[in-house]
Amino acid sequence: MLVVLRPDGGYSLGVSDHEATQRMADRIRLRVFEHVLANNGGYLSQACSSAEQLAVLYSGAVRMAPLAAPLAPPPFVAVPGPGLERVSGGAFHGPKAPDLDRLIISPAHYALVIYSALIEAGRLDETALASFNVDGSTVEMIGAEHSPGFETTTGSLAQALSTAGGIALARRMKKETGRVVVFMSDGEFQEGQTWEAFQALAFHKLDTIRVLVDVNGGQCDGPMDSVMTIEPLAARLEAFGASVDSVDAHDVPALHAALTRETGRPHVVLAYSDPTRGIPLLEERRPILHYLRFTGSEERDRYRAAYESMLETS
Amino acid sequence: MSVEIVNRPHVENFIAWSADKPEVVVLTADLTNSCEVGLWRDTYPERYFSMGMAEQNMISFAAGMAREGFEPWLHTFAVFLYRRPLDQLLMSVAYPNLPVRLVGFLPGITTPGGVTHQAIDDIGVLRTVPNLTILETGDATEVESVLDVAHAIDGPVYIRMLRGEVPRLFPKDEPMAFGRARILGTAGASVDAPAELVVLTSGISTEEALRAVPAVRDKGVGVTHLHISTHKPFDDPIVLAALRSATHGVITMENHLITGGLGSAVAELMAEGGIGVPLRRIGLKDTYAHGASQGYLLAEYNLDARSLVQAMQDMLGRDLDVADGDLSEVRIAAVHSAAKAEAL
Repeated sequence: MLVVLRPDGGYSLGVSDHEATQRMADRIRLRVFEHVLANNGGYLSQACSSAEQLAVLYSGAVRMAPLAAPLAPPPFVAVPGPGLERVSGGAFHGPKAPDLDRLIISPAHYALVIYSALIEAGRLDETALASFNVDGSTVEMIGAEHSPGFETTTGSLAQALSTAGGIALARRMKKETGRVVVFMSDGEFQEGQTWEAFQALAFHKLDTIRVLVDVNGGQCDGPMDSVMTIEPLAARLEAFGASVDSVDAHDVPALHAALTRETGRPHVVLAYSDPTRGIPLLEERRPILHYLRFTGSEERDRYRAAYESMLETS
Repeated sequence: MSVEIVNRPHVENFIAWSADKPEVVVLTADLTNSCEVGLWRDTYPERYFSMGMAEQNMISFAAGMAREGFEPWLHTFAVFLYRRPLDQLLMSVAYPNLPVRLVGFLPGITTPGGVTHQAIDDIGVLRTVPNLTILETGDATEVESVLDVAHAIDGPVYIRMLRGEVPRLFPKDEPMAFGRARILGTAGASVDAPAELVVLTSGISTEEALRAVPAVRDKGVGVTHLHISTHKPFDDPIVLAALRSATHGVITMENHLITGGLGSAVAELMAEGGIGVPLRRIGLKDTYAHGASQGYLLAEYNLDARSLVQAMQDMLGRDLDVADGDLSEVRIAAVHSAAKAEAL
């Protein structure tokens, strides 16, 4: 298991650390792949595109308190309401502290990848995926705020960035120094609220906000440039007052450097990713990669063979 | 008896109320002075935040601040708090049950701003939102005291707020009470004594009813009149007792569509309680309104005192011979507070 919080705050990692992070990314991919095979489908391309990003977030780029041991997911008890104790998936990010960062996951349909990343980070019990999408479990298919890793309710996309802005503003009022890091999907840049949020982040000078975007270029209906293009994304964001780094989403040192640099502005890292990365078999599924459902046993067997081959070389 | 008119009751009251509550912050969307918080901004600049005309972001932003221990009080026109940003209200604020206060101005036809500015459907839309409390102010005393009521609630609150020149119908020392109707007169010795008619009103409709009900009572009709300020939850035993006391019928009057608001809530309560008397709902009937003065619109859409008298006559099946002159003034002499329920 990786050590999550380094004595130096996790902001300068050496070659061996980056190699460890890459191995963590490989294991995230494998774990999601294994689960998708067992369940005859799932959000596999999101694991391919984001494995390195999540590995970087959970291995030092976000300063989190360590956990003594992985936590078991709590059973579902009730939805939030008056007089009820709040159940937050943020518990898996460790106790909050003024100088520590927050990590807000925006695309709730990445849940399986998030859970897998938490397991690989030593924060979520290894058996948790057995209760994925099982009745009575909080390990939901679409992460809710009681689900491991989720601090807010964000299944309706593009709301988490605004909420993160409110958290950052509140933390500034409380003189807290920790950052608020938001993981987003590129489809959310089609929503008007995302742009409302960026104009507010810039206006209120919330430079503790870091946004990592998995720019995988795909959405439900197919390639984004056939549905509603968001490019030129970097130029748009800069025009809205953010600083932007565009990086290769599978380059661990580049991701880490881009996420941890200070710019004095709301900072965005556009991680241009390959949604088939590590599982080339997915290429034949293009252009629609959003959700994988096997067409039959023959296709499933081919994916199983690919998985076993990945397992051997890992 | 003339009614005291209070000029902009929210302005100074909210400033004084906020003084010992550092967790209270204000977010606005370009309607700061229109919502009577310009002086609040100047008094507490460090906890005032301009969010621009971007209500979706404002509501989710408020959720983030509430998660960190602050109590955001959003001030804008009511329509902009629940129409465009309804998803944000539901997912960012109401589902997590966060203490965000949505102060919505210009309820119903109180504005000549026309369809875009008139919140005629807010209670109906928001009554379907779990965890959300809905309050409505009907006079200056309630504009002042709704702050304490909302502040005490564990969860989000939507407030139908009045501004500008607001009448004081209720004694200043009888604040709004959560979940409790004001008894503005009973037919008998108590709220559960038999009444020919039971009238329930809310918001500015209560002022109209205070012109009509005493005049009808003067004609010998037994009327019990309740003022409603908590729309959700709607489980006040006083309301149920009053409804059960009706011998001829129940009338609701509201500055809102008759679907989804007070009339609907009363209908639900009567049906579930097996209360088998006719119900007449006065309000907007499946129509938008348009830009005109409040008095003009009250008359056009049959929301005024005269319309209430007509409804009471219809329900009783007889002409009460109430002259227009009898309806000219708000007769707060008839007001009996909850504290004085038995002292008819």
